[in-house]
Amino acid sequence: MNLLEINHMKKGFDGLGVLEDISLSVQKGEVVSVIGPSGSGKSTLLRCATLLEKMDGGELKYLGEAAAWEENGKCIYAGRQKLKEIRKHFGLVFQNFNLFPHYTVMKNIIDAPVSVDKVPKKEAEERAVKLLCQLGLEDKKDAYPYQLSGGQQQRVSIARALALQPKILFFDEPTSALDPELTGEVLKVIKELAKEHMTMIIVTHEMQFAKELSDRIIFMEQGVIRCQGTPEEIFSASDERVRDFIGKFTL
Amino acid sequence: MSVTTMLLQLTGGMVTTVEIFFLTLLFSLPLGLVISFGRMSKMGTLRAISKFYISVMRGTPLMLQLIVVYFAPYYVFGIRISPGYRFTAVILAFVLNYAAYFAEIYRSGIESMPVGQYEAAKVLGYGRAQTFFKIILPQVIKRILPPVTNETITLVKDTSLAFVLAEAEMFTIAKQIAAKETSIVPLMAAGVFYYIFNLAVAGFMEYAEKKMNYYR
Repeated sequence: MNLLEINHMKKGFDGLGVLEDISLSVQKGEVVSVIGPSGSGKSTLLRCATLLEKMDGGELKYLGEAAAWEENGKCIYAGRQKLKEIRKHFGLVFQNFNLFPHYTVMKNIIDAPVSVDKVPKKEAEERAVKLLCQLGLEDKKDAYPYQLSGGQQQRVSIARALALQPKILFFDEPTSALDPELTGEVLKVIKELAKEHMTMIIVTHEMQFAKELSDRIIFMEQGVIRCQGTPEEIFSASDERVRDFIGKFTL
Repeated sequence: MSVTTMLLQLTGGMVTTVEIFFLTLLFSLPLGLVISFGRMSKMGTLRAISKFYISVMRGTPLMLQLIVVYFAPYYVFGIRISPGYRFTAVILAFVLNYAAYFAEIYRSGIESMPVGQYEAAKVLGYGRAQTFFKIILPQVIKRILPPVTNETITLVKDTSLAFVLAEAEMFTIAKQIAAKETSIVPLMAAGVFYYIFNLAVAGFMEYAEKKMNYYR
């Protein structure tokens, strides 16, 4: 079954089409990278898929449950309760982390499980400690976000997303706010997750990374999926635009 | 009249001054939050009403507002004013006035919060109330402490305006003694008291700001 299914997603801002007609489905365990030039709609696609932005038309489904669908040319969203259920299926890692600055690392990770999912505090803490060890942050649980490097903050935000045990994890340019030295530690964590067959959709500009790790790469341009395929297919694509774009990154 | 007697009489007024101060804060801080919600509401009429309220409260003298609140029941509704209403009127007028200022302070703080905090909370499944009270408000409080300190210090001095309703707070009493004894000492003493009160307020707020410095 498809964990995520998007059919004919359309989205415009003030009459300006950003997403034209996006259809995409992702299966369990798949790692999908989304690449493409700035303004191609990659982030908008991610924001619509994670319900941060409302699409204008099309269909959005998680595990076969519809979050939004089209009726008489209008996009209808499911009720609040249903959307709340659906939100549990996915997690999102932001470009600029968006950790809660007034909470310690531990509290950042356990607060949503405890106060949203009603997981007993002790259990949430045990889970958090495990995650922190896994991400190499075991000594940072009492630190506040401002005391951490960007790479550490991003790893905490990955832990925060994983603590809710999502079935699918989205990354919105997870290393774009980091300097090259710190990029590696975050990419390494994502690679580890891929090894554990975490289903992931990653918007990224790290071509080498996308090539190594993805099962499928999607190339977006001007609001449409220009082409998609395995990394080998994409990196040896005959499409001129794709070659051009990738060429710029692999000079 | 000896200085000791004078000071003793002033002390009686001091208690009222302190009462006005704390009661005003107690009610105007939460009321201000409610008004700021109205001011930021998606409903146009509610937003307009709140905006108008704030503009009237900030745009007219507090002294006038005190008089209106005290006399309105009689002149507008024909209700006889009972002697006990005097203190209530003072508190009511102060609360209504300060809530307007606090509302704008809250609004500035809430609107300065990065949208990413709301989005992170939303994706993590927090409801709207949870997002506001757990994620947004604690950070807003840290941000608005300096302007709140300003307002609070102004409030200490503004309590003296209660003299227009002849409420027996410290300034009213100081003026009475000064007139009776033809002496400036009571007024000086009142001045010293306001100053010390404000030192304490500023000290406390500085402490609160330090307490909030555990994160950035």
